[in-house]
Amino acid sequence: MAEHKHTTLVEQPEPLVSPKETYGSITDKIAGDVLSTKTPKAMMITLAITSALLLVFVLAVGAVLLFGPGVWGNNNPVGWAFEITNFVWWVGIGHAGTLISAILLLLHQHWRNAINRFAEAMTLFAVMCAGLFPALHTGRQWLDYWLLPYPNTMGMWVNFRSPLIWDVFAVTTYLTVSFMFWFVGLIPDLAAMRDRAKKHWQKVIYGILAMGWRGSAHHWHRYEMSYLLLAGLATPLVVSVHSVVSFDFAVSLIPGWHATIFPPYFVAGAIYSGFAMVITLMIPARRWYKLESFITDRHLDYMAKVMLATGLIVFYGYLTELFFAYYSGSMYERFMMYNRIFGPYWWSYWLLIFCNGVTPQVLWFKKVRTNVALLFVISLIVNVGMWLERFVIVVTSLHRDFLPSSWDMFRPTIWDWSLYLGTIGFFVWLIYVFVRVMPMISIFEIKHLLPWRGRKIDTSADAA
Amino acid sequence: MIEKNVDIQTVRRTLAGKGGKEYWRSLNELAETEEFKEYLRQEFPREAGTWGEEFSRRDFLKVMGASLSLAGLTACVKQPDEKIVPYVKAPEYMVPGKPLQYATAFVMGGYAHGVLVTSHLGRPTHIQGNADHPASLGATDVFATASLLHLYDPDRSQAVVHNGVMSSWEKFVQSAKPLIEAQRALKGAGLRILTQNITSPTLHWQLQSLLAAFPDARWHQYEPFNADNVRDGMRMLFGEDVMPRYRFDRADVVLSLDADVFGLGPGNVRYARDFATKRRVSGKDASMNRLYAAESTPTITGGMADHRFRMKASDVEVFARALAARLGVPGVAAEHLPVDETVIVALAKDLQSHRGAGVLVVGAHQPPVVHALAHAMNVLLGNAGTTVEYTDPVEQQPVHHLRSLQALADDMARGAVDVLLILGGNPVYDAPADLRFGELLAKVRFSVHLSLYDDETSERCTWHIPESHYLETWSDARAFDGTATIMQPLILPLYATKSAHELLDELFGEARSSEVIVKSFWKTRSAASDFESWWRRSLHDGVVPATHLSPKSVAMKNVSWTFTPVVSGGMEILFRPDPSIFDGRFANNGWLQELPKHVTRITWDNVALLSPATMENLNVRNGDMVTVTYNGATVKLPAWALPGQPDNVVTLHVGYGRTRAGRVGTGIGANAYTLRTSATLWRGEGATIEKTGEWYRVASTQEHWSMEGRPIVREATLDEYRVNPDFAKHMAHRPTEKESFYPPFVYDGYAWGMTIDLNACTGCNACMIACQSENNIPVVGKKQVERGREMHWIRVDRYYVGNDLDNPEMAVMPVACHHCENAPCEPVCPVAATTHDHEGLNVMTYNRCVGTRYCSNNCPYKVRRYNYLQYSDTETKSLQLMHNPDVTVRNRGVMEKCTYCVQRISAARIEAKKEDRLIRDGEIVTACEAACPVQAITFGDINDKNSRVAKLKAEPRSYDLLAEVNTKPRTSYLAKLRNPNPELAAVQPLSRSEHHG
Repeated sequence: MAEHKHTTLVEQPEPLVSPKETYGSITDKIAGDVLSTKTPKAMMITLAITSALLLVFVLAVGAVLLFGPGVWGNNNPVGWAFEITNFVWWVGIGHAGTLISAILLLLHQHWRNAINRFAEAMTLFAVMCAGLFPALHTGRQWLDYWLLPYPNTMGMWVNFRSPLIWDVFAVTTYLTVSFMFWFVGLIPDLAAMRDRAKKHWQKVIYGILAMGWRGSAHHWHRYEMSYLLLAGLATPLVVSVHSVVSFDFAVSLIPGWHATIFPPYFVAGAIYSGFAMVITLMIPARRWYKLESFITDRHLDYMAKVMLATGLIVFYGYLTELFFAYYSGSMYERFMMYNRIFGPYWWSYWLLIFCNGVTPQVLWFKKVRTNVALLFVISLIVNVGMWLERFVIVVTSLHRDFLPSSWDMFRPTIWDWSLYLGTIGFFVWLIYVFVRVMPMISIFEIKHLLPWRGRKIDTSADAA
Repeated sequence: MIEKNVDIQTVRRTLAGKGGKEYWRSLNELAETEEFKEYLRQEFPREAGTWGEEFSRRDFLKVMGASLSLAGLTACVKQPDEKIVPYVKAPEYMVPGKPLQYATAFVMGGYAHGVLVTSHLGRPTHIQGNADHPASLGATDVFATASLLHLYDPDRSQAVVHNGVMSSWEKFVQSAKPLIEAQRALKGAGLRILTQNITSPTLHWQLQSLLAAFPDARWHQYEPFNADNVRDGMRMLFGEDVMPRYRFDRADVVLSLDADVFGLGPGNVRYARDFATKRRVSGKDASMNRLYAAESTPTITGGMADHRFRMKASDVEVFARALAARLGVPGVAAEHLPVDETVIVALAKDLQSHRGAGVLVVGAHQPPVVHALAHAMNVLLGNAGTTVEYTDPVEQQPVHHLRSLQALADDMARGAVDVLLILGGNPVYDAPADLRFGELLAKVRFSVHLSLYDDETSERCTWHIPESHYLETWSDARAFDGTATIMQPLILPLYATKSAHELLDELFGEARSSEVIVKSFWKTRSAASDFESWWRRSLHDGVVPATHLSPKSVAMKNVSWTFTPVVSGGMEILFRPDPSIFDGRFANNGWLQELPKHVTRITWDNVALLSPATMENLNVRNGDMVTVTYNGATVKLPAWALPGQPDNVVTLHVGYGRTRAGRVGTGIGANAYTLRTSATLWRGEGATIEKTGEWYRVASTQEHWSMEGRPIVREATLDEYRVNPDFAKHMAHRPTEKESFYPPFVYDGYAWGMTIDLNACTGCNACMIACQSENNIPVVGKKQVERGREMHWIRVDRYYVGNDLDNPEMAVMPVACHHCENAPCEPVCPVAATTHDHEGLNVMTYNRCVGTRYCSNNCPYKVRRYNYLQYSDTETKSLQLMHNPDVTVRNRGVMEKCTYCVQRISAARIEAKKEDRLIRDGEIVTACEAACPVQAITFGDINDKNSRVAKLKAEPRSYDLLAEVNTKPRTSYLAKLRNPNPELAAVQPLSRSEHHG
């Protein structure tokens, strides 16, 4: 096949930008949606619902700060439950952004240009939600800063052997780099917004944020260079953050946690859930803002393919866990697996297999991948599945470990649920507020795609 | 509150009648109008919240606030003058920061248990056993240690109450004196005194002189769990009033006939110790005793048994008859057999081949004839005088408690009782239901209740007098073997309280203080030439010399046996004292409420205990609410499956369903006393159980009872041990030193370690309460236990062994922090709050802990405890006094765990450094080790090859729990052994193969 690679030019089934769009219309459409005073009705409803959830979130945070982690259902064997499940879930969701922005950029996957902005924003907000959980789950939250290595009169240094310290570094680094990436990518568009804004205050805000961008060749040159460097910097993070998060478990000795497969398995799971969340959020946004010209069915098709690939890796991880539980010869490992499958939390394991093992198999079919409604449903199932995966790992491993005398059940309380739903509210609220005030699609990067439109192009890069 | 209908004249009269400084808040109050009483009742209801609720601390504080406002009302009594000047010459022994210990005795059921009370600058903070006292030998049971909490209980009665209204001691004396004088004229015909079981020589002396002055007055004694059956059995057999006393240290074969000798009852701690001395196995040709238990409801004694025969309580008599017939007790013939005949044959053979070295013990709830049968066998087997001794009763005036109370009830019903003094006890709650004691009290014109709590009985009496806690007053009592102890106070009474001595002396004598009364009694008894030094010696030692009862020689009568007719009346019902709160007297003790009960590991509730098969028949699951109807009364409580329980038997623990216990004990569980009548004090037949369809969450600390084939409690038979003494070490793979890349850390000073002998441990929980008291461990309440957040640093795990769900063997295992050398908790703590010290302790820095719980997750033993909420009550004044000042009180969000009592290590280290020497072996005794009745726990320096702990670790039975995880724990276990009778192998096959997987 290699000899044909450069000569095989195929007709694109569907262009990445609708043929109707011109340079002018793109800016008009994307910037206009932000500067318009009209907000789609469905969006208002979503904002109303998520604002209500935001209040629940505030209440749930207040409760845990005021009374302590005892408001949750955690107990003696199950020291971590919803809070760490949610933490890992959110961090995982936060993986799509960097992957799309950095790795796909370096791999010249141009289709990413339509979704990278949105995915990066999502990453940022997901990591914010994620970071809340470790911060809140400590018993004395006002002392969380002790997890930072800073010079102090106590002469105390953090314990660098603890994976929780690695977490602190991994997550804060990731948050910083994601923010930089997102913000640097926004600058040319912010300048466009500044130039198009009609009201004075809008001009001032966008003006400040645009940091004096004038679109000169020098600017563009430096921009391209820094963006590329940031992409290079962010690329290892895609792999490292979730690897480090997985160390929280892998470094311990609890059967079900202590597994060498965890880093790759967690990273694949993260990308899987990240893409699922991008699809979940993008499908309604695309509909409400009529962005089908930019986020085409082909985009959805590609994202579904990434989901399928990572989903298969995750499923392979489950099979590996099964095999090694048996192959270890350890009665504790074997029991852990048996307990996951047939123990009191059996439903969570089987539901997980259904969500993450069975459901993505339908994505082998192109008809499914391009069916927007179906894809939306599948993405929701995958989100649920990935949450269950973390729940299964965190709770079912802890609730029955070495000494049967300590075995107990975890029963979530209303505060467990309200903090979880609250962060979802917080997250979706942030996303849609972002969509309302910033260009959700990178205007200038979409314009990059215009020269290719309708032409026969080399697909080898896409196939990579 | 509206000021209305206030009669100024009444107010003046009331005010004039009060002694001392008066504080009042309104004229209504002084007039004691109905409105004001109603207002008081509404404002300060007794049952305002309990500790069992979630966030109860808040409720608790509300109630505390209310109590503070009430303080103004209670100030009716002028507190004794206090001197607040500093010492001009400080006593040389009073050193701030250095605790002192005083000997006294804890009394339960009349029997003294010698204790040493630790006092920090005048505050008693911990109770442990008195090594010189025969009932203790240095150890305690849960009740003795937990009695400390009663001293500081904010719910303790603090004021004299007259018909539900606060009053004063002076007013009480004023109103009582004329009535007493009236009785004097009648020779006391209308005067009755009801006490608990009394062994106090001083109180007896007081009562005797009282009865001499009032010859027609009567003194009654009642304990809901008394020794009536034992006494009657002894009379039946020997024709005289003697009591048996066992010498397990001389017994090689023990048969328990439904007796929980190690769990509850007089001498339990001593008996367990003596029994354990025969179970210390070392060396190849070691021997140990053999325990058979014919048992109804499983107890920890049955759990220790090498053979446990499950049978209805009524079948124990049939069993005893069969054995007696086999052993040739004259006039006894066997009827039907509740067990296989080989059991009787083998048992008889074993007992006969250990003449004079076997013993039969009987539970106090078994009918007199079983006691007579058992002791007839003891006599025939030559055990009398060796393993069982007969002595005069310890009680000064032994009575048949039930008949004594019945006589009183009859007099009350006749209206013959004018003045009734109830000194301690709570008969309204715990008397047999058919006596209707509460209603009868209404017929008594003047009834007085002296008690620690303003309880159900206080409510029905005209006067309630708050009683001094035993740590606040002078008294005396005798132990199970007769040894007397003079009880000395550790602290001045916290409130204006009185002791029984003072109450009697005020009404009938010279109004002297307890100290004067007790001292003047002993002046008449002491033969010493120098009384003062004799007195000081007795106080210091905690025992009065030469008061021990000597064995008597007894002769068996020619008994014409009349046995209880065997009826099959359907469901058998058993009434038993609760293993944690006994007869209900400890209901308001949070430590004991939260203490997992023997065998069931349930906290905060009583349940209907049923066998798994009976549960199936009734189609109920654990926690299904059932109604138990018996004697025309019904209680509703959750059903609970108890392996080892006989079929068609329901056991109810009493002590719950209190209506006036205090904030902790009121309103939890169901009151089984309502089903208990004089005729069926111990057991009955024909109870009906019905499913209600409701379900109730029972707070059990252990939900799983199987070891899942894991090598946790490792055990073998004695014969297996002789062949293969280090069997326990081969039950799991143990990583070697070579499997690590790094050289081991060298501990060149002390290296602290602990061993726990599973062959001795009975699972009595004494270590748990001792640890709770020593280490300021908070009580979390039922809701939190349900969530699995109990805080005990040391827990007692209970597993069932074997394939027989109906009658499995039981294994218990105390588990606390193992102080692993490769501690998994340490590397995962992000802030280095848990670290290792150079002596091998895994230490917690509470101040540094932020509370991520990672350490607990990574602990394979799950011994770390987390303050999920603010559990420690740091605000109640009286509880502040109780805290051990050497141990940090932990707040919310902090992880905690066993420290090996690091404060005691530090104290010993300071002493050793002062004397420029090393810490001696045995100088550091951890709280659990000190409390342990069977000395199963040993702590010391494992670097010292001559230390007890190092020697025990060198025993072949020694093994490390979860050694395969390579934690290198500093706590190790000595494997359990059982000594089954080979002749019973066919009847009770041993199923230990499970462990050799």
